[in-house]
Amino acid sequence: MTHISMTVDGVRYDDDVEPRTLLVHHLRDKLGKIGTVVGCDTSNCGACTVLMGGNSVKSCTVLAVQASGMDITTVEGLAGRDGEMHPVQQAFHETHALQCGYCTPGMIMSAVDLLAENPDPTDAEIRDGLEGNLCRCTGYQNIVKAVREAGETMRTARHATPETASAHATRDEVTT
Amino acid sequence: MIPTAFDYSRPTGVDEAVHALTDGGEDAKVLAGGQSLIPMLRLRFAAPSMLVDLGSVDEMRGVRDDGDALVIGAMTTHAEVLDDPLIRAQAPLIAQATATVADRQVRHMGTFGGSLAHADPAGDMPSVATALDATFEIAGPSGRRSVPASEFFVDYLTSALEPDEILVSVRVPKLAGWGTHYEKFNRVAQAWALVGVAVAIRRSNGTIDEARVALTNMSSTPVRAHGVEEALVGAPATDESMAAAGQHAAEGTEPTSDVSASADYRTHLATVLTRRALGTAAGI
Repeated sequence: MTHISMTVDGVRYDDDVEPRTLLVHHLRDKLGKIGTVVGCDTSNCGACTVLMGGNSVKSCTVLAVQASGMDITTVEGLAGRDGEMHPVQQAFHETHALQCGYCTPGMIMSAVDLLAENPDPTDAEIRDGLEGNLCRCTGYQNIVKAVREAGETMRTARHATPETASAHATRDEVTT
Repeated sequence: MIPTAFDYSRPTGVDEAVHALTDGGEDAKVLAGGQSLIPMLRLRFAAPSMLVDLGSVDEMRGVRDDGDALVIGAMTTHAEVLDDPLIRAQAPLIAQATATVADRQVRHMGTFGGSLAHADPAGDMPSVATALDATFEIAGPSGRRSVPASEFFVDYLTSALEPDEILVSVRVPKLAGWGTHYEKFNRVAQAWALVGVAVAIRRSNGTIDEARVALTNMSSTPVRAHGVEEALVGAPATDESMAAAGQHAAEGTEPTSDVSASADYRTHLATVLTRRALGTAAGI
């Protein structure tokens, strides 16, 4: 067993894991972060996408030991403490950017990652930015629309509110 | 599936990593970003007894200017390569090809050195390094050595690295005044190249002085298209000479037939993509 320590959605966790444990299994089975799903298990579909150190990664293709010391954000960590949805979640809801919803956690995390780097992407840039995420229901039209609208919302909010408005969750410490 | 059990080591320096690899025995493997290795572990195509994770070896990360060359740390991620101003200014062929590697998530984890050490002939970086005449800096129990790209790729998924050696960095000559281009053909997003062509071309006025052309996925290793290179020296930089040179692209190659493309189709693609890549690199 190898000792690892990581912060997930604002909470620090210390655990002993087998080195072969995949990050997605650690998140789901040990930490209960079942919002992150296993899709293809072949590194293709992107349903398991989380942010690690602020960058999107496929958590089925990262060992939990590789994530030690890192800050992880799953789809469960996006909403505000009062339950207010993240602009990307809100946009997916409003534009009906899902049907079965299985790809949605990964789509949303990839969109958050893309918009952090490129706040005003073109439709082509959105499609290119989401190439690591597969949706077999929607034909992507409403997903692209959602990302475009989320980008608009986030750009407007950035202009309207000073930086101090961004609320950061207090860090709790938990050992499972 | 879940990988078979293995021991795990996370050294913080190159020498420490070499020790860990040596101590781990012949079934110990290096873990870079894991974007090729972890899928193989999951499918149990690979079952190492130990993984030596280079993720904390900071000296293997980053790009530095070294006079007439750039030195790229093997653990520099594809995303970091893409963001690097030195790469953009001095090695645009690498930047352009890196942008086509897999997808954002994979580029955040996958490393420049890992994609080279993996020696997959369908990978993009091996042919780019081959076209650029890169040099591979390797550390092992008996010290350091350098291997040119022409000798680094030995066979399918087989490099010149010995089991107890680590690729530390890659030295890429700056090609001031050259035009470069990477032309890649694949069927769907994030797929491997059916065929790719990496081109570097130097011209003066309307004449081509020198050209380097390397092919992705046309043999069990990346290969230089020497027939194309020879046909271009002294040729006018015109569409006609590019097309004529491109006809030599598949000479001496041994492309495979698989579910995505037949060998004949790959041969055809090589000539077409080479013509396109040459034209773009030469700015015509």
